[in-house]
Amino acid sequence: MSVIPAPMGLIAELTHRCPLQCAYCSNPLEMVAPREELTTAQWLRVIDEAADIGILQLHLTGGEPMARPDLPKIVAHAAARGLYTNLITSGVLLTDAAMADLLTTGIDHIQLSFQGAEASAADSMGGYKGGHARKLDAARRIREAGLTLTTNFVIHRRNIADLPAMLAMGENLGSDRIEIAHTQYYGWALKNRAALLPTREQLERATTQVEAARERLMGRVVIDYVVPDYYAERPKACMGGWGRLFIHLLPSGKALPCHAAETIPGISFASVRDTSLAEVWQNDPAFNRFRATGWMPEPCKSCDRREIDWGGCRCQALALLGDASATDPVCDRSPDHPIMAELVAQSSDSALALVPRRLRGG
Amino acid sequence: MTDGTIDPTVTVPRFRRGVKLRFDQTRGNFVLLAPERAFVPDAIAAEILQLVDGQRTLTGIAALLAEKFSAPLEVITSDIIAVLTELAGRGAIDL
Ligand code: SF4
Ligand code: SF4
Repeated sequence: MSVIPAPMGLIAELTHRCPLQCAYCSNPLEMVAPREELTTAQWLRVIDEAADIGILQLHLTGGEPMARPDLPKIVAHAAARGLYTNLITSGVLLTDAAMADLLTTGIDHIQLSFQGAEASAADSMGGYKGGHARKLDAARRIREAGLTLTTNFVIHRRNIADLPAMLAMGENLGSDRIEIAHTQYYGWALKNRAALLPTREQLERATTQVEAARERLMGRVVIDYVVPDYYAERPKACMGGWGRLFIHLLPSGKALPCHAAETIPGISFASVRDTSLAEVWQNDPAFNRFRATGWMPEPCKSCDRREIDWGGCRCQALALLGDASATDPVCDRSPDHPIMAELVAQSSDSALALVPRRLRGG
Repeated sequence: MTDGTIDPTVTVPRFRRGVKLRFDQTRGNFVLLAPERAFVPDAIAAEILQLVDGQRTLTGIAALLAEKFSAPLEVITSDIIAVLTELAGRGAIDL
């Protein structure tokens, strides 16, 4: 039996708890309750297993990973095992005390997310009064500590007009890297898609603005730009290919090839509570289900791009076509591609109510 | 020094904040780890990067490699500038 090349990264959703309620959140509608979360000892064991199988980077996310009081312990353990540690946080819990704790752990990088450039709009999206101000404080603490700062802005129809202000803010905060990410339509964001998807004109303007900023900040700030699939002709290589680079762990310990994989019916996923990461990676049927190219239907099967984008995103094929093993309809070679234009046409400016992300009763 | 001028006897290359070089036991090669990215330097780049310590100048690095590989200093120096300029463009090195 052939050995699967080692994964590069472990994406650890430490908890689904979060003080914020962004309607564009890509967490699943069915979130993991706090009492189902892995314990500290279990996370430390998983990190050992990750280092042993050759994982190089640990991405700590959620929910809000800082809602776990054992976060510094987890980061320190990962750093001691040589993993590159990346904390993805909303920053509202990054107080002076929390920063001091984190600094003792050897953390490599913090990615701080903002809901906008201006406090009232940002706080209304996050559903957390004073959140924006706290994030600004968090950014200052990160810079004062001499750590690398990435500022992340998720953009959508309702805040895209503020993009130039966001870029300026990211620059003024002293970011090493600014990430401008169009909303990815999974989980809560999918539920709210009609109210969030920008128009093509908005998208084109945003792209031009990002390109201008890239030129202006060249050599000083790296700008990463995640485009919205819905207007593309080629799909994204979701996760760099199913079961090829990453393992994604839910707070409960369930191991997924992609964060939204649980939406796919008929697949069950192993848990790191009783299965080692090595076993999950090499042998779990869920990881093998859409690995490489053997599962592909036409037009992917005979397409020259099949090892570039790996047929796009399985969860998107499922969400939009009801079939996880179909070619991602974002691809214009897919017979189902016309559906994308219909979905775009359904989105509108009308006063559609956003459904805020909530842990219970959502 | 981000003004674009490189003087090998003065310019001190540094890893950009958040970028780390480490040896990857599993794959048997060096790897550069950066936020959201990882790249594998080729053998020559790996030799150079191991000598980037935030103290040595380009000439300082070149001298060590010229000795190690018994090669002319000028050739090594221009190789180093080429490799590090490329990595600077990818956001891994400050020159
Ligand atoms: S997107 Fe908003 S609600 Fe979702 S985890 Fe991040 S900060 Fe919390
Ligand atoms: S047909 Fe499949 S492999 Fe080819 S570009 Fe489209 S999604 Fe990618």
